[in-house]
Amino acid sequence: MQFTINGETHDVEPDIRASLLDVLREHVGLTGTKKGCDHGQCGACTVLVNGRRINSCLTLAVMHQDDDILTIEGLGSADNLHPMQAAFVKHDGYQCGYCTPGQICSAVGMLDEVKKGWPSHVSDKLDSVSLSNDEISERMSGNLCRCSAYPNIVDAISEVSGLTPAQKEAADA
Amino acid sequence: MADFKMDADHSGLALERGVQGVLGAGLDRSEGALKVSGVARYGYEHPLAGEVAYGYLITAPAAKGRITGFDTDTARGLPGVLDVIVDDPRIPRQAAAFVPAHAGNDEIDHWDQIVGVAVATSFEAARDAAKSVTMTIAPEQGHFDTMAGVGDASGPPKDSRLQDMAKGDIDAAMADAAVTIDQVYTTPNQVHAAMEPHASVAVWEGDTLTLHSSLQILHAAKGILAKSVGIEADKVRILSPYIGGGFGGKMLGPEAVLAAIAAQKVGRPVKIAMARSQLFHNVYRRTDTHQRIRLAADKDGKLTALAHDSVVSQGPDGGFMEPVALGSIALYDAPVRHFTHKIVTLDMVQAGAVRAPGEAVGMLALETAIDELAEALGRDPIDFRKLNEPPVDPMTGAPFSTRALVECLDKGAERFGWANRASQPGQVRDGEWLIGMGMAAAVRINLLVDSQARVTLSPDGRARIETDMTDIGTGTYTILGQIAAESLGLPMDCVDVILGDTDLPPGAGSGGSFGAASAGSSVALACEDIVATLAERMQADPKDMTLKDGHAIAGNRRVPLSELVGSEPLAALGKISQGSNAKTFSQAAHGAQFAEVAVNSVTGEVRVRRMLGVFEAGRILNAKLARSQAIGGMIWGIGYALMEEAVLDQRHGAFVNHDLGEYHIPSHADVPPLDVLFVEHIDRHANPIGVKGLGELSISGAGAAVTNAIYNACGVRVRDFPLTLDKILGGLPDM
Ligand code: FES
Ligand code: FES
Repeated sequence: MQFTINGETHDVEPDIRASLLDVLREHVGLTGTKKGCDHGQCGACTVLVNGRRINSCLTLAVMHQDDDILTIEGLGSADNLHPMQAAFVKHDGYQCGYCTPGQICSAVGMLDEVKKGWPSHVSDKLDSVSLSNDEISERMSGNLCRCSAYPNIVDAISEVSGLTPAQKEAADA
Repeated sequence: MADFKMDADHSGLALERGVQGVLGAGLDRSEGALKVSGVARYGYEHPLAGEVAYGYLITAPAAKGRITGFDTDTARGLPGVLDVIVDDPRIPRQAAAFVPAHAGNDEIDHWDQIVGVAVATSFEAARDAAKSVTMTIAPEQGHFDTMAGVGDASGPPKDSRLQDMAKGDIDAAMADAAVTIDQVYTTPNQVHAAMEPHASVAVWEGDTLTLHSSLQILHAAKGILAKSVGIEADKVRILSPYIGGGFGGKMLGPEAVLAAIAAQKVGRPVKIAMARSQLFHNVYRRTDTHQRIRLAADKDGKLTALAHDSVVSQGPDGGFMEPVALGSIALYDAPVRHFTHKIVTLDMVQAGAVRAPGEAVGMLALETAIDELAEALGRDPIDFRKLNEPPVDPMTGAPFSTRALVECLDKGAERFGWANRASQPGQVRDGEWLIGMGMAAAVRINLLVDSQARVTLSPDGRARIETDMTDIGTGTYTILGQIAAESLGLPMDCVDVILGDTDLPPGAGSGGSFGAASAGSSVALACEDIVATLAERMQADPKDMTLKDGHAIAGNRRVPLSELVGSEPLAALGKISQGSNAKTFSQAAHGAQFAEVAVNSVTGEVRVRRMLGVFEAGRILNAKLARSQAIGGMIWGIGYALMEEAVLDQRHGAFVNHDLGEYHIPSHADVPPLDVLFVEHIDRHANPIGVKGLGELSISGAGAAVTNAIYNACGVRVRDFPLTLDKILGGLPDM
């Protein structure tokens, strides 16, 4: 099977039953994407497929041979961090770091959904969506963090999204 | 070697004279870039050369009985399967805590017990093989109901941290009191639910075993693993450079032992990660608790008696007891005191340590009861607590090392706006929401354990810290670097911290909130030796020498450290151990928790609107990371108050909600903005660096602040945790 991951082509021969998550971790050696539950219940395995965030444990790798797959390693590197990665460091949006790649990929995908105008459960209006801390928390709730860095994660995302403190308050009010 | 036993206070460290200005600063995590870019490798992710095999654990669908036979033929016939191991006497039944877990799969003593492992060339094949194994079981009736077994309960084990204790006559005090509270509070089974499952990779080279895993206390795990596998400890090396959360659960997982056994049998490295559902039944849980609290007070609001008597459960052969009353023992003054524990043995996975054993659940009950008593007396809950502040440890009479509970209460009250709280419940409305404020005290005993670290200053002027201490997300990499940088006068980027390898000096490990104090002291002590040598070479008294930015300054001379070190690196071993100060002083960290909640008057749904934690935990080593520890604990408090419960099926002894979809932990949307304030008092009696434990303090009382706020919002007092909406709904006032 052939996969395009972080802009590079990989030829691997995984088991036909392999999830996208296991192919990334066990066959391509990209272990930045984490396995927390293997059941779509924690978000640790979140990657971006054709720009959309998905739980890579819930999908078979074989279904993604023509897709554009972006993982945490493709977002930025340790010496050249993506702004979302840098914001997580600055705001201490993690502790053990295990849920972190999933949180970061999810945050990047989530901001794009907001940009496209997709409403959420807490959106006041369906046709004009604006970001607030409540919106961030709601939209990020598929990513669990047992270390419970949630407030710091929201701060990091909010900074990257360009929300000023005044906007945040206005939107939350 | 700088070896210090805490029989007296330390006379003053180089750390205290440091002018580098990094200690306490809110620096970013030093390993941060590695974690956010996905290149930090956790145990299971260690790259291996050559052929690797995958293991998947086989578990039994029964809670009690004997296995009379296995059928592994189908499994063995599947493509890619290398072995199906069900006949090795070393197969552990569950996770080990302090001693090896019981081994052998003939007897089943709890639901979903591990009985073997399937090994294959792929994860998918191993999983399929494990699920294809069938077994015949002669079942027996199990017992799963704690209170039904209370008649056969036993008392605290001899080596338990907490023994039963009593002072005065509790019955007489209750009979004589002006106001009393006598209530039972219950908390359910709870699990660690670290995001990273227990996972290990075992590699044999000849008779030497290397384990890449995710463990909290490596030197202890090494001994347990060696015994479990049947080899000498010096043939074992464990590496855990990154750990995806521990919370007390990662002492030695069963998958580590099985990976070692399997790797021995198939002749190649074996990787095993436990499935999420398997963690619920094969890693020790936090016991359910049934806590009777009796409080008596005179009409002026002085406590005259305090009793905290608990029933907890344990699995077969479990040596641990949840010390439920730990927080109650020295928190409030009262002449009559009574603390007991009963342990009921059930046919369940063992009970063990989960973040803040004792206080995490004991303080839910105690601090609710105190709120009830304050109300019965018509007193403000903060005033009531201040009125009953003990001058010395009320059980032993020992002085407190440091204690700033009152300061935390006062500062918190002001910052949170406590004066705006309506003293009567149900007074504040916001649309269909009822709004309330609550508070609780926080306390966590303070520990110090043996810990060693080596510090090496090299000719290039860089320092290297080495210890088998771990960083489970607590910030160890960063704070040990800060301690060394401050002591030696080095910029942070000139300090390398190497952790999580049993080939390094044995450190404290992570647990009981003793990590920062113990490992930090060992690093500071090692630096003492290096500073002494540098001073000698500067021909100065260490106290007259300043170390800053990689230079030593004394007597009008400023010399680069690289020059002072010369061609041979300077190395020193620091060692701390607990001493008589543990007895001379009553040691604990304290705090005050505040919460504002909204209770929906129609549905009973609870939303936490804001929280404040004010904590006194000795010296704060890194303001940013300390705050993160604090908010983490407070959020666990939200979980314990509102949602966490492993629901036990009384027919089968199985947790029905054994996954992260149904075992609810707080998620983003459950968590409001959190505010944290530290009241810093350096505790010189506790350890040389004056630090007290923080990670567990912050969970203590947090849940009770939430549930007391629920009462203040709507007047419903629920004593059966967690406070899910069904328990609140019936008591809501008419609309
Ligand atoms: S591992 Fe995919 S959602 Fe948990
Ligand atoms: S940082 Fe540990 S689980 Fe999120």
